[in-house]
Amino acid sequence: MEKKVFERPKYLKKAVFHYCPGCGHSIIHRLLAEVFDELDIGGRVIGVPPAGCAVLSYNYLDIDMGEAPHGRGAAVATGIKRCLPDRIVYTYQGDGDIAAIGTAETIHAANRGENITTIFVNNGVYGMTGGQMAPTTLLGQNSTTTPGGRDAARDGAPLDLSRMLAVARGSTYIERTAVNSPKNVRKTKKAITKAFKVQMQGLGFSLVEILSPCPTNWKMSPVEAAKRVEDTMAKIFPLGVIKDETEGNS
Amino acid sequence: MSHKVLMRGSHIIGEAAVRAGCRFYAGYPITPQNELTEYMAGAMARLEDGTFIQAESELAAVNMVIGAAMTGVRAMTSSSSPGISLKQEGISYLAAQELPAVIVNTMRGGPGLGNIAPTQGDYFQATKGGGHGDYRTIVLAPASGQELAELTRQAFDYADKYLTPVLILGDGMMGQMMEPVVLPDPIDLSDLPPKPWILDGADGRPRRLVKSLLLDTALEEEHNWKLMRKYDIIAREITRAETHLVDDARLVVIAYGTAARIAKGAVKRVRDLGLKVGLMRPVTLYPFPNRTLVELSRFVKDFLVFEMSTGQMVEDVKLALEGRSNVHFYGRPGGIIPTPDEIAKRINTLYHRQHLEEE
Ligand SMILES: Cc1ncc(C[n+]2csc(CCOP(=O)(O)OP(=O)(O)O)c2C)c(N)n1
Ligand code: SF4
Repeated sequence: MEKKVFERPKYLKKAVFHYCPGCGHSIIHRLLAEVFDELDIGGRVIGVPPAGCAVLSYNYLDIDMGEAPHGRGAAVATGIKRCLPDRIVYTYQGDGDIAAIGTAETIHAANRGENITTIFVNNGVYGMTGGQMAPTTLLGQNSTTTPGGRDAARDGAPLDLSRMLAVARGSTYIERTAVNSPKNVRKTKKAITKAFKVQMQGLGFSLVEILSPCPTNWKMSPVEAAKRVEDTMAKIFPLGVIKDETEGNS
Repeated sequence: MSHKVLMRGSHIIGEAAVRAGCRFYAGYPITPQNELTEYMAGAMARLEDGTFIQAESELAAVNMVIGAAMTGVRAMTSSSSPGISLKQEGISYLAAQELPAVIVNTMRGGPGLGNIAPTQGDYFQATKGGGHGDYRTIVLAPASGQELAELTRQAFDYADKYLTPVLILGDGMMGQMMEPVVLPDPIDLSDLPPKPWILDGADGRPRRLVKSLLLDTALEEEHNWKLMRKYDIIAREITRAETHLVDDARLVVIAYGTAARIAKGAVKRVRDLGLKVGLMRPVTLYPFPNRTLVELSRFVKDFLVFEMSTGQMVEDVKLALEGRSNVHFYGRPGGIIPTPDEIAKRINTLYHRQHLEEE
């Protein structure tokens, strides 16, 4: 008998992703669907999509979703989770969404130890609005609003939000991964799984920051963009566990 | 049996909200409405299923309310003028996503940081949208302790019935004053009709979305017309105004909230002098009681709009009357509370200038 080694996850809808070729959002969506399947939580999950390229994630993930205004994901998720503590609530946010306009909401949700999970997709630009500088844009990196490259004196230096969040007492698990290679994709899935498990055990705020290529706005081929994630981005935003206060790891 | 209790305005709203089934409150301190936030902190703590969050900002608070509303829980937030400006983003989203929520604005002097004295300077913001886009917010304007209780109850019912945010527009005076009130009995939450749109996980049913992004312009247009049809129904069903001594009136004062209370005192004074003057008090500011005004205009040729602002409601009055009668205005902005005598004097001058006395 044939053994099935690959199939569409239950919670991934049969729709063609609108994302650009080589974009990390598609991979991360699929990983989420796989994790919902494997943890058997899809029927209990409520997702909060962002403003940003992933605003349409409800076209792909077959779960309940409630849209948040740009940056306010953590506050909307807080409202949902406090009313339905036994459901699994997550926000999905880009770097512009979470580290610029939504910094306050995010830090305070983490500090309160809101028992929610955040998927933070860091592609170093505002993708949806056409490639402007994000808080995470690297020094020297060109964007439509930093022609000639980001300059620390003028634009500030890249903001490491995950490390900021790690300082908050209520954050429990924060890991930075990437989706530029099969190995890193597997690590990302492990991290996402762990983040949801942290929530299922009621341990507090969990977040996975995922370095993700944006070939379109980086003006690179998908292969070049994938390479840049590890060669350049990960030098400034190193991969690995940033905080883990689950049992045995504190 | 219902009995009268003496309570502060802000506490009346809080207690009435709890009795109306409010189980989620998020807010951020701002004077002169902190008494309500503090009341909700205590009240929610006493409830087994209540949630109180002191948010990090008004923006966060209203967005927490969005989240709570998505789950079907009756939710409220409150603030005062500068804080309401920050909540407008969320109010626009609540309207677009057709989510029920109650928002209390205890108005204070503005613009900017202004002061903490009672005004009515946020009328435009409240009734004309405030946030972006083609939407309206139901705006209720209580003028007494008893009405604070009743309109708060109604605000939650309207929000649920019409799936829309409802604004209670008061001011610092309304919030601070102590008045006797008969509080409505607490509702039984299990009596509320089911909400087939809530997000609680798609287990065993098709998944649900609560969203406002409509990239297809035709769909956005349809959505806007749908909202507008809803607002038309709301206008037919809930528009409310109180009239006082209008039957023989030759001049009618129009005022809402605290200003209406002051105006009532002024009307009494000029009535004592034999002037035929009445009062019309909009209870709903949106929808505005156009019909009442049009009916009054059949025999009243002069209206005096009195507001604790530079004249905002006066525009709605003129729109309603469409030139049928004369519209005059008297206002004190910035937190000055005029006395009934001050208004009476104004009425007196106007009354005689317009030769309104019987010839
Ligand atoms: C209040 C507000 N300001 C600005 C915008 C416009 N806007 C939409 S998405 C976005 C940035 C998205 O960038 P990011 O969060 O990094 O996500 P990406 O598109 O790169 O995945 C902005 C500025 C908005 N929708 N709302
Ligand atoms: S613009 Fe960037 S982030 Fe957006 S879909 Fe394209 S590659 Fe992905």
